[in-house]
Amino acid sequence: MANLPTFRDKAEIMDAGQMRRAFVRIAHEILERNKGLDDLVLIGIRRRGVPIARRLAALLAEFEGREVPVGTLDITLYRDDLTLRSDQPEVHKTEVPFAIQGKTVILCDDVLYTGRTTRAALDAIMDLGRPKAIQLAVLVDRGHRELPIRADYVGKNVPTSQREVIECHLEEVDGYDNVIIVEQVEAEA
Amino acid sequence: MAWKRKDVLGLEEFGRDEVELVLDTADSMHEILRRPIKKVPTLRGKTVVTLFYEPSTRTRTSFELAAKYMSADTVSIATATSSVQKGETLRDTARNLEVMGADCFVVRHGMSGAPHFLARVLEAPVINAGDGMHEHPTQGLLDLYTMRRRKGRLEGLRVAIIGDVAHSRVARSDIWGLLKFGAEVRVAGPTTLLPLGFEELGVKVFHRVEDALEGADVVNVLRLQLERQKRGLFPTVREYAKFWGIGRERLALAQPDVLLMHPGPMNRGVEITTEVADGLHSAILEQVTNGVAVRMALLYLLLGAAEAERPGEPRPVEAGAARAGGED
Repeated sequence: MANLPTFRDKAEIMDAGQMRRAFVRIAHEILERNKGLDDLVLIGIRRRGVPIARRLAALLAEFEGREVPVGTLDITLYRDDLTLRSDQPEVHKTEVPFAIQGKTVILCDDVLYTGRTTRAALDAIMDLGRPKAIQLAVLVDRGHRELPIRADYVGKNVPTSQREVIECHLEEVDGYDNVIIVEQVEAEA
Repeated sequence: MAWKRKDVLGLEEFGRDEVELVLDTADSMHEILRRPIKKVPTLRGKTVVTLFYEPSTRTRTSFELAAKYMSADTVSIATATSSVQKGETLRDTARNLEVMGADCFVVRHGMSGAPHFLARVLEAPVINAGDGMHEHPTQGLLDLYTMRRRKGRLEGLRVAIIGDVAHSRVARSDIWGLLKFGAEVRVAGPTTLLPLGFEELGVKVFHRVEDALEGADVVNVLRLQLERQKRGLFPTVREYAKFWGIGRERLALAQPDVLLMHPGPMNRGVEITTEVADGLHSAILEQVTNGVAVRMALLYLLLGAAEAERPGEPRPVEAGAARAGGED
């Protein structure tokens, strides 16, 4: 069996406080750009986009005194690499219990990298209805896009090499908040 | 867990974790059926063939819709109007379809084991849609899915299977599936329609329908398979209805929140009365919807990932050659 690549933690690029401040700023930017909460819905991409969408929804509700609908999107069935992978990803539930027709959808994810996940999510959303607009909010944009996609709201831009991996940890999933950069270590010969 | 099976032939050989993976995946597929646009692009470019040597409306349509909702193309071979009538063998028919590019075969056949035979001679996955009196695994899975969805669990569920158990491939698949989850399975029917040896599987056999119904959480009423009964196994249909038919009074012996199921097509007024079939406890139409979700799940699991072991080229024709990919 081939040597599996090993990784080592390189640096923490965001701590819990920086993450919280980034979410607060993004929530304000969403309100500013859309002039309030009218016709706004949040949809998180499984897995870590979901708690991000919920946090933004909580902040928006706090600022404006109104609840925003939050949905969950599983993009497995829309992936473009299913026929390339032999380790089949499990399909999880998509839960968008509200109409998105005519709404502005804020699509939330943790890391924006190649743009392929976002492409899959855009197709998945279009199958649920015809939104007025879709805007993309991510905690980290690490570059290296392979598709013409960009984020509307970014927590932090992090220049990376393709040998590096960005790991976002969220309280709801991991038990703590931080973003670290991890580097692939050359396998020993 | 990771899916490793090439074919779906019967629930007997399934592990509990495999059944759970199918049911969990079906849960995710169920949401797609409620969308205004019931289509996901997952199986674009794949072709699913339904090859039915016995009549069917529900199962065939269910598979075809499941494939279409996943963006696969479907071809339906009605054997009555195909070269089967000119004497072509099952193997030749299927191999010809395979070299035309079929990626998956859904097979129903009157002979037990026919899908297993095809699974050995074809590279493509084979799904058993009912073979003789052996198994009907997708019906078994949709029954388990319906019970789990409505009751929240399978463990410890008391399930009474009533009627023509001997001829029922549905009963066999249900029993194999339910026993894996530690459900209490009861069967009841006329002695001539009960196979011997079911007790040894861990099934409770009853000769009075009332005893089997007592306190049941689920009652699965089997269809009286009149077309399979050449010899008189019971005196008259009327007598069968009187002694074994499920109506309001008999159903009242079960739990107050009993779930009533039937694999269809129903002989109304024979094994089940219209009153209960269309009543509050009935999950019969839900079973049909759930069947599409379960079949979508299976098509995803069989066709959704890369073909790691299966070569792209058709296999050279060699009698008895071992299957390349197998279930690895």
